[in-house]
Amino acid sequence: MSAKSVSRRDLLRSLAIGVTAGSVLNAIPIEAAEHAHKLIAKEKAVNPTGQYAPKFFSPDQYKTLGTLCEAIFPGDADSGGAIEAGAPEFVDLLTSENPDYQLKLGGGIMWLDSTCNDRYFAHFRGCTARQQKEILDLVAYRSNLDADPSLSPGIEFFSLLRNLTADGFFTSEIGIKYLGYVGNTHLKEFAGCPPIPEA
Amino acid sequence: MAQVIRSPRVYDVCIIGSGAAGGTAAKILTEGGLHVVMLEAGPPLNPAEDYKEHLWPFDLPHRGADVGGRARHELNDEFLAPNGFWEITGEPYTSAPGSRFWWFRSRIVGGRTNHWGRIALRYAPVDFKAHSHDGMGDDWPISYDDLAPYYDKVESYIGVFGTKENIPSAPDGIFMPPPVPRCTDRIVKNACDKIGVTCIPARMAILTKPLNGRPACHYCGQCGRGCVTASNFSSSQVMIPPAQATGRFTLITNAMAREVMVGKGGKAEAVSYIDKSTRTERRIHARAFLLAASACESARLLLNSRSTVFPDGLANSSGVVGRYLTDSVGTSGAGYFPNLEKMPAHNHDGVGEMHMYIPWWKYDRKNDFQRGYHIEFGGGRGMPSVGGFDRVCEEEEGYGVSLKKKCRSRYGTTIGMSGRGEMIPNPDCYCDIDPQTVDQWGIPVLRFHWKWGENEIKMASDMQDTMRAVVEAAGGTFFSRSRNDPAHPHGIADGGVIIHEIGTARMGSDAKTSVLNGYCQAHDIKNLFAADGACFVTNADKNPTLTIMALSWRASEYILEEARKGNL
Repeated sequence: MSAKSVSRRDLLRSLAIGVTAGSVLNAIPIEAAEHAHKLIAKEKAVNPTGQYAPKFFSPDQYKTLGTLCEAIFPGDADSGGAIEAGAPEFVDLLTSENPDYQLKLGGGIMWLDSTCNDRYFAHFRGCTARQQKEILDLVAYRSNLDADPSLSPGIEFFSLLRNLTADGFFTSEIGIKYLGYVGNTHLKEFAGCPPIPEA
Repeated sequence: MAQVIRSPRVYDVCIIGSGAAGGTAAKILTEGGLHVVMLEAGPPLNPAEDYKEHLWPFDLPHRGADVGGRARHELNDEFLAPNGFWEITGEPYTSAPGSRFWWFRSRIVGGRTNHWGRIALRYAPVDFKAHSHDGMGDDWPISYDDLAPYYDKVESYIGVFGTKENIPSAPDGIFMPPPVPRCTDRIVKNACDKIGVTCIPARMAILTKPLNGRPACHYCGQCGRGCVTASNFSSSQVMIPPAQATGRFTLITNAMAREVMVGKGGKAEAVSYIDKSTRTERRIHARAFLLAASACESARLLLNSRSTVFPDGLANSSGVVGRYLTDSVGTSGAGYFPNLEKMPAHNHDGVGEMHMYIPWWKYDRKNDFQRGYHIEFGGGRGMPSVGGFDRVCEEEEGYGVSLKKKCRSRYGTTIGMSGRGEMIPNPDCYCDIDPQTVDQWGIPVLRFHWKWGENEIKMASDMQDTMRAVVEAAGGTFFSRSRNDPAHPHGIADGGVIIHEIGTARMGSDAKTSVLNGYCQAHDIKNLFAADGACFVTNADKNPTLTIMALSWRASEYILEEARKGNL
């Protein structure tokens, strides 16, 4: 047990005893709670330990995964991209625990590399930027199936990866800031709604 | 044969389960002077350690998607307060062929009050006399007037916000002021006003003013994660502590009740339970027993308590234990509101769950179905979460900066709606003991049988129509998955999914057709009570928790009175 967690427990105990004297309820007052909440969040937070070691994808595949995630949500003037947001780590972690994802995403990356080999004589990351765009433009839209049904595995793969990359990006610190979510805090009063623009 | 360890003492009352019913009974009985022991099948709860309140998704490695991303595909929530489960390893249940039933169980002090939506609605007078009104189902042996004083007591003690509205189908209570509307509430309210649908402030067990040492809500919108300030109601934080403060309360955790044992006089005399931490069987002796393990778990305990006196299970001479199982009729839809794309960034969190709702408003006319429903709604600029961008990604497709911007402009533009309506009991919906399956403690498990009736399907259809009408009146685009799924007509959820399963040991004035009397006391055994959802006769469109607490409070006062008379 680390000294840190003991101190938190002590803090919470002292808060609980101090302010609820006269009450038998296990509650802590809001001012103290604000402090305690921050401490808890800090202690429960994931401790980043430098370089992430992929749990499912091979080192090469993991690089491809990163390239794809970043292509889905790239950095721009408003924010960093999917790699900075930790999306590849998130996707790899979930895939390592989910046989269905292993099939769809693991198999999907293999499909992508084979297809690139057939078309461009190089795996996806070995392709030129123009070639990469060409193949992504094919797998990123279901309507392309009409012209070429053989794209189906790539389209299914990309659709799942796009959803998971969105999860990874928009649940990150930079993704949440990019969306403009304001909250997860302590308010004395809830202000309600600013004027709603006309439809 | 394992040695059975007997408890050295006889308690006044043994309560099985620590949730809404058990917690309420523990408080009332101990404060009334009785010595109470409580069995809880899960571990103790330490809010400061166990709650994920105020964490960000990026504080968790799975970001809220849970192990393997299962929160994306199943009814799970990684942020939820601890130990509320759809599946419990080693403690299965089964569904009969052709039936699909889901059973949410909590294994933690406070039970499902740690996880519930805090919606606190009173049953209306007509809900107790539904059979007299429309000829379907049965009446309760008690009336609204019998329970009203206990609704008052519960609301005054736990704290419920709301407004006086004088709506016959949604009786007013003792209310704190409601929080101001969110943007999404204003949009729905305006639309409802246009098309003649009633929309009023919600009634929620969340404090908007301090009460009994509990501070008011701090509007983080995370009630389901558990509240460190106990500003919302949970049994673990609001009912159990006062019981403990009396010095007459013993709480035994990780104690899985197996059987209620009957003595020579035909009275219940002990509960046999498994101490999960040592895997040993133990017994607790008491003068009276109050089942509060949840409707189905209490029914399971009764059905598993077989003896020569009660060959079909305890208190089951009527044969109706496990019968009359109902859940709420539930179906969902949502609207996309383009004008919300232009909303400035602002704090939209509010209280956990809804600020306003649509109570049953068509009680004054003839409908295509019997009984009623209400509609819950919410959405807008909440904390971003996994799965929240699936829809825009699937609709827009593509990739790159343009998709990223589309996601940003679509964020917070959806309002989700859920209908919650009354199911009328039918003979196809019940639970019994699966003769072939035991759990890891050796206790035979429940088997569920389920089939929605025609009335419920028609009601779900009407819910979809209402939700669509409200969304369209508000200038939104309605979407619902209800049409694509033949297994779920009009999107009706599988039995149990709404987590309002009740009725498995219903009360009634006739001992041949009911298990309990109006005080939740078994007709067959006077020192046995069941005060959880098992005792309900109807499953009105009111989330049952508030009524469970009122019934348990009333049953507990009756037990105190019987104890004073020396009848325990």
